[in-house]
Amino acid sequence: MPRVLLTENFDKTVRRWLMTVQDYALFCAQTLANVFRAPHYWPDIFTQSDLIGVGSVPIVVLTGFFTGGVLALQSAASLAQFGAQAYTGRFVSLSMIRELAPVLTGLMVSGRNASGMASELGSMVVTEQIDAMRALGTDPMKKLVTPRMISTVVVLFLLTVVADTLGTAGGASVAVFISHLDGAQYFSSAYQALVFSDIIQGLTKPLVFGFIIATIGCYKGMRTTGGTQGVGRSTTQAVVISSVLIIFSDFLISRVMLWLFPPL
Amino acid sequence: MLEATDPAPLTAADDPAACVSDSPLCFQRVTLGFGPRILLDAISFTLRPGETRILLGLAGMGKSTLLKLANGLIRPDSGEIFLFGQPIASMPEPALLDLRRRTGMVFQESALFDSLTVRDNVGWQLIERGVSSETIDRRVHRALSFVDLDNAFSLYPPSLSGGMRRRVSIARAIIDKPDLILYDSPTGGLDPVTSHTINELVVKERDAYKTPAILVTHRLQDAFTMVTHRFDSQTNAMVPLPKGSFDPLTSFMVLHEGHLLFDGSTDELLSSKDPFLKDFLA
Repeated sequence: MPRVLLTENFDKTVRRWLMTVQDYALFCAQTLANVFRAPHYWPDIFTQSDLIGVGSVPIVVLTGFFTGGVLALQSAASLAQFGAQAYTGRFVSLSMIRELAPVLTGLMVSGRNASGMASELGSMVVTEQIDAMRALGTDPMKKLVTPRMISTVVVLFLLTVVADTLGTAGGASVAVFISHLDGAQYFSSAYQALVFSDIIQGLTKPLVFGFIIATIGCYKGMRTTGGTQGVGRSTTQAVVISSVLIIFSDFLISRVMLWLFPPL
Repeated sequence: MLEATDPAPLTAADDPAACVSDSPLCFQRVTLGFGPRILLDAISFTLRPGETRILLGLAGMGKSTLLKLANGLIRPDSGEIFLFGQPIASMPEPALLDLRRRTGMVFQESALFDSLTVRDNVGWQLIERGVSSETIDRRVHRALSFVDLDNAFSLYPPSLSGGMRRRVSIARAIIDKPDLILYDSPTGGLDPVTSHTINELVVKERDAYKTPAILVTHRLQDAFTMVTHRFDSQTNAMVPLPKGSFDPLTSFMVLHEGHLLFDGSTDELLSSKDPFLKDFLA
């Protein structure tokens, strides 16, 4: 008897999970389709870009700088054992541009903005503001979700460039002032190590991560149930799910990129 | 008059021809359930032009849900709803948005956009249509004057009292001269004086513009105020009708245990022999 119950529960859980995945896929499809459908809420896109982009600059600057710094610190110590300290710049720039800048920026923005979107839209759902918007003839998907998606994709791309730059600069600071390496050599090594595929890989990832952050944040917000407690639950889930999906999609994108641009 | 002994009685509204003529809203055997529970079971009625229907019922009987069904915010499990003559039960959302622009809805808890000013809340539909700022300001002032709240123009909803929020919500619903107004418990949770003000506004809208409306309430006192008063435009106040007379264009519906237990005039309601209705009205 307990085995039957266990099977039933498993069946229900899998079914619910599949329904959620299907619902999320339709939500994403509608969000993307709305990019090409009028009306376009340009003022909302700019407002969200300001909130997400400018508001996230301080945490991205600090995260990028210190991550580059700690990479230089760790790598310089390890490379010194092989007499290869000159490669510190190469190590830092490759790690930052390919992986760490996009992923860490995505995680930082996810923590700050996926939660913000989920709680804001969730509050609007439980106070019937979304219903009121629909009753007034406005499509909440076009008005609230699509502008957030466009803004997040665009600003995450730009924030990743900022993190790339600050990470390389942070590595340079550590290399020059702590490891006493030559600054010109560091930058020369960092620059020469980079090839086209590294840049493509590093700048493709934030586009996908931005889409994940915005759609998960908005999806969890728009599907909020259960009053204020439900808003809290949606907020937490939005951060957890978007963070996990960022790491997972990072693996997939890296795999695809290595297949498309095999190392020479 | 309908007094239901059969759980799903057939009414004139079941005739599709009666629905799609000039009635702003018609329900045809509309059924909706949540899980195993049937909330609304084969609900049928027709709202005629210029008519106000007061929907009564105990809490949790599906009154607010019925209003949300009326403008397609929720879809029924079965049956059909005709809004301005068009079937909306399975109408795509973009087409529904166009129809909803012709309706005004006052939500139970006002549902104002709390990050926008009263001006932007009331003028939402005009802003969405790209109307010029001057026109929006002028029309918002006019709508706020109607609800006697002109001084709230630049305020934000969190700084308003419950009664003021309800009045702003009414102003938002009427600014674009809707063809149908749906009031969801507009006096719910308000003190008697503020309730009277809200009732007066609803009667004013009914008598000044003759807009068809459905008003949900569980407060009998408010319902009977509506049918026993009219708006006097000269004194700009609600005045009682002669004793024993009722507003002819205002009638009642009573929801009970998923069914439309009563659908008829005030006289018919008061003379009903149904035990639940007698107990409800006592």
